[in-house]
Amino acid sequence: MSTVADNIHRGDSRGIGMWPLIWVGALALVLVLHYGRELFPAAVQYPADSVIPFAEWISALMAWLRENFTWFTRSITATLNVPLSFALDLLAKGFKFGHGAEAWTLPRLSWVGVVIVAFLAGRAAGGLKLGLLTGGCFLYVALFGQWTSSMLTLGLIAIAVPFCIVTGLFVGIWAWRKPWAERFMVSPALDLMQTMPTFAYLIPMLLLFGNSPVSAMMATAIFATPPMVRATMLGLSRIPSEISDFSEMAGCTRRQKLWRVQLPSARPTLMVGVNQVIMLALNMVIISSMIGAGGLGYDVLLALRALKVGNAMEAGLAIVAIAIALDRVSQAMAAKQARGHVHQDDDVRSFYQRYPNLVLAIAALLVTTVLSLAIPAFAKVPAEMTISTARAWKDAVTWITINWFDVIEAFRVTLILYVLNPLRAFCEGFPWLGAVFLLGLAGFQLGGWRLAATVAALTTFCAATGLWEKTMATVYLCGISAFVACLIGIPLGLMASRSDRFERFLTPIIDTLQTMPSFCFIIPVVMLFRIGDVTAMIATVAFAVVPAIRYTNHGIRQVPASLIEAAKVSGCTRTQTFFRVQLPVALPEIMLGINQTILMALAMIIICAMIGTRDLGQEVFIALSKADAGRGIVAGLAIAFIGITADRLFNAWSARTRARLG
Amino acid sequence: MARHSPDQQGNTASSGDLHRPVKLACRNVWKVFGDGADEFISRHGGSASASDLVSANLIGAVRSADLEVRQGEIFIIMGLSGSGKSTLVRCMSRLIEPTYGKVEFEGKDLLSISTEELIEMRRHRMGMVFQHFALLPHLSVLNNIAFPLLIQGMGREQREARAREMVDLVGLSGREHFYPRELSGGQQQRVGIARSLATNPEIWFLDEPFSALDPLIRREMQDELIRLQGVLKKTIVFITHDFDEAIRLADRIAIMKDGEIIQIGTPEQLVTSPATDYVAEFTRDVQRAKVMSARSLMQKPGRAKCAGTVAPDAKISSFSAEIVSAGKPFSVVNGSGKPIGEVHPQAVIDLLAGIERSTANQ
Repeated sequence: MSTVADNIHRGDSRGIGMWPLIWVGALALVLVLHYGRELFPAAVQYPADSVIPFAEWISALMAWLRENFTWFTRSITATLNVPLSFALDLLAKGFKFGHGAEAWTLPRLSWVGVVIVAFLAGRAAGGLKLGLLTGGCFLYVALFGQWTSSMLTLGLIAIAVPFCIVTGLFVGIWAWRKPWAERFMVSPALDLMQTMPTFAYLIPMLLLFGNSPVSAMMATAIFATPPMVRATMLGLSRIPSEISDFSEMAGCTRRQKLWRVQLPSARPTLMVGVNQVIMLALNMVIISSMIGAGGLGYDVLLALRALKVGNAMEAGLAIVAIAIALDRVSQAMAAKQARGHVHQDDDVRSFYQRYPNLVLAIAALLVTTVLSLAIPAFAKVPAEMTISTARAWKDAVTWITINWFDVIEAFRVTLILYVLNPLRAFCEGFPWLGAVFLLGLAGFQLGGWRLAATVAALTTFCAATGLWEKTMATVYLCGISAFVACLIGIPLGLMASRSDRFERFLTPIIDTLQTMPSFCFIIPVVMLFRIGDVTAMIATVAFAVVPAIRYTNHGIRQVPASLIEAAKVSGCTRTQTFFRVQLPVALPEIMLGINQTILMALAMIIICAMIGTRDLGQEVFIALSKADAGRGIVAGLAIAFIGITADRLFNAWSARTRARLG
Repeated sequence: MARHSPDQQGNTASSGDLHRPVKLACRNVWKVFGDGADEFISRHGGSASASDLVSANLIGAVRSADLEVRQGEIFIIMGLSGSGKSTLVRCMSRLIEPTYGKVEFEGKDLLSISTEELIEMRRHRMGMVFQHFALLPHLSVLNNIAFPLLIQGMGREQREARAREMVDLVGLSGREHFYPRELSGGQQQRVGIARSLATNPEIWFLDEPFSALDPLIRREMQDELIRLQGVLKKTIVFITHDFDEAIRLADRIAIMKDGEIIQIGTPEQLVTSPATDYVAEFTRDVQRAKVMSARSLMQKPGRAKCAGTVAPDAKISSFSAEIVSAGKPFSVVNGSGKPIGEVHPQAVIDLLAGIERSTANQ
């Protein structure tokens, strides 16, 4: 590490006056390359005959795996299928015994009971208000006719989440105990798991585990485990050393120390991890509907493919309702555990007194489910009770397209003709060697040789696999979306930081935006702008704007009060204080926000492949439909490498600014 | 009439109770950080100068520490931040493995015992209080105090009964079911003290236990410690950076600087004969009357009539007012009532005045 720091310092002292010159020279060089493409065609377009056939190698490997390990993967599928189908039967399908005429079924849990349980869980975690919210969300799902799909989704989550939490916990503990494991195995793996687009996981899962809910669950587990690993490592490393010393001095064995002292002390951080696991699992379960997860995601997918916008919207809203309920309950539980319990003696009370909500919940489920044997209204939401809004949505869209068509279309066409298309042409024609060179230079300036080498290698990979044009198409769409998101988000964040009222107004909105699975952003935009780059961009901006707002607000607000007082005392006006003190001090934080925005934009752009973009996402999407593992994974890696490159450069930049501020 | 009792703070174990058995001892203990520290120290046979360490690119957190803590005394290790006092106490409890040297518990080498023995020893014979309390945030006061008993495998009723005793001992009755964050700093440290005493340890480590508290609370807690020690008579190793605190509580003080112990002695010895200028710097502002005993001002019995009697270990401050107003010497009598000398009022006045002069010089 010290060498990197040294480089930075040397770079600083030597190059303060030099760097602008170097950059001007480098840019001029690359522009010459760009416009004089006939001079060095190999530097502009990667020569087709030297493309490294990673895709074929991976396909061959997958084929070999399938050949030799199918017995193994299929037995995993069978094993995992036991708890999963139990959960799905319990919540959604009911248990079937026997065949043909003798078959009889045990009913699934009654929807009335589940709604009551949702209410009780909310009330137990965060009081009556939260109870009404969660109960209301589930009731909404029932009344709007999405019950069975929602319960399929929920069943998958119910099995995937505990799996993710336990796995994440153990991996996190292991990585925390063994620094080498953290450094060389866990951290890189986590980076890759989180920047790799979700679609790309689906392909190997599909090949290995078949088109079934189990593959969906495995993909979900891979996607949703990293935050738990990170939370565990962070929580454990944040425990004050005195607490660990205490456990030693109390004579704890290694195991006692871990389970009785360290993990409980880290509980608040661990609960944050649990919340993130739940939300990511929900997001992924929706996406993995493409490989047989079923449930709400499948409904959205079907409706979108058939352009039934109203139905897609309904299913999408049900996802949002479930997401909000799960998020608020898990957050409230985390906060509650941090606050502690009521002061009461445990020993003198009965089971009911100790766990009133648990007893009530079980009773409610039992009673309503038994009742559902006799009363059909308890088994299935009666048709006359359900409300369909699909029509209303469709009518609204029709009305808008009739009355506002010209305006929307003009906007869309202008954007495409004068902004998106030129930019796209510029990006797609950008010489790959020039990009490698410029990014490497940036890496060197920000973080020294190691960063430069990493960034250059990752960029070269994208070109060497023959995906350069698609990579640049992704970069272009992701870049413009992230740019617009920052253009909207940073001013909003600044406003929020300067006005408590505005912050209070904004917070619930960005909370909801953050809770919504990425899928859902596409639906309303598709309704208005149909498919294409404009839709992808708008949906991506809406999805990625949150971190820009949040980090900016937080960054400005966390500037120490003493600094602001010092500025006031030296006679700064409010504007001066803002520009001369708050903004510079908050800059590293704002840059982290931009970094997050870019990563989220990248994730979203890939999902937008569903609505007809022409980039790496589409490549993965096509590979998925053809079950072509090599093609999908290579494209997925290229996407991940774009993300990692941006992430590394921004982090280095932010760290440098931070170091300069001291 | 003068008070006969020794200082009312209860420092009964005063200067040089050499007959008491040694409970815990450090013999040439080193803790050196850096690459190749082990090899370096053993090559130098357990002695290396500060400049040796610097040239080998090593950091000597504790250097050649020798000390003996006797049964039932309050032994204070005093030093400013970075002086190695915390490292030294962690070596003594083996929270940190020393690089070199021996730590003996009742003559037995603590560093050679197995992990199981060490766990057993910590469970039953050692207790420790921490600067930032180190309470477990997820457990109530009662469960925090019962925690060391829980991990020993003691049954629930038994350990809770014991924990309740401890709650009473530190005066927290009625707050058994509070959580740490609901308590003030002073109360939290009372829990920390109760928890460390729950196992009835023989040796009690206190690592800057009152440093995180407000001055008033700190004083109150010092009084509390003196009261507890009057009842419990533990062997105490107490770490502090506050010289006044050390003077107030200690039977003996070890002063550390840059990883070395530069002087070990009673508060009185440190004040009357500081080993270095560094020690003298600390003792300069100490009110001598509070530290020095009648014995140190004692002259041979004279002819004059005595106005009262004092014990040899009584601090000057405990009878200075009386002796000055009486204007006559006090007789110093030993335990069996036999006069062994006398203290003259002029000596007391000089002592008090000397302090004033030295403060005026500042």
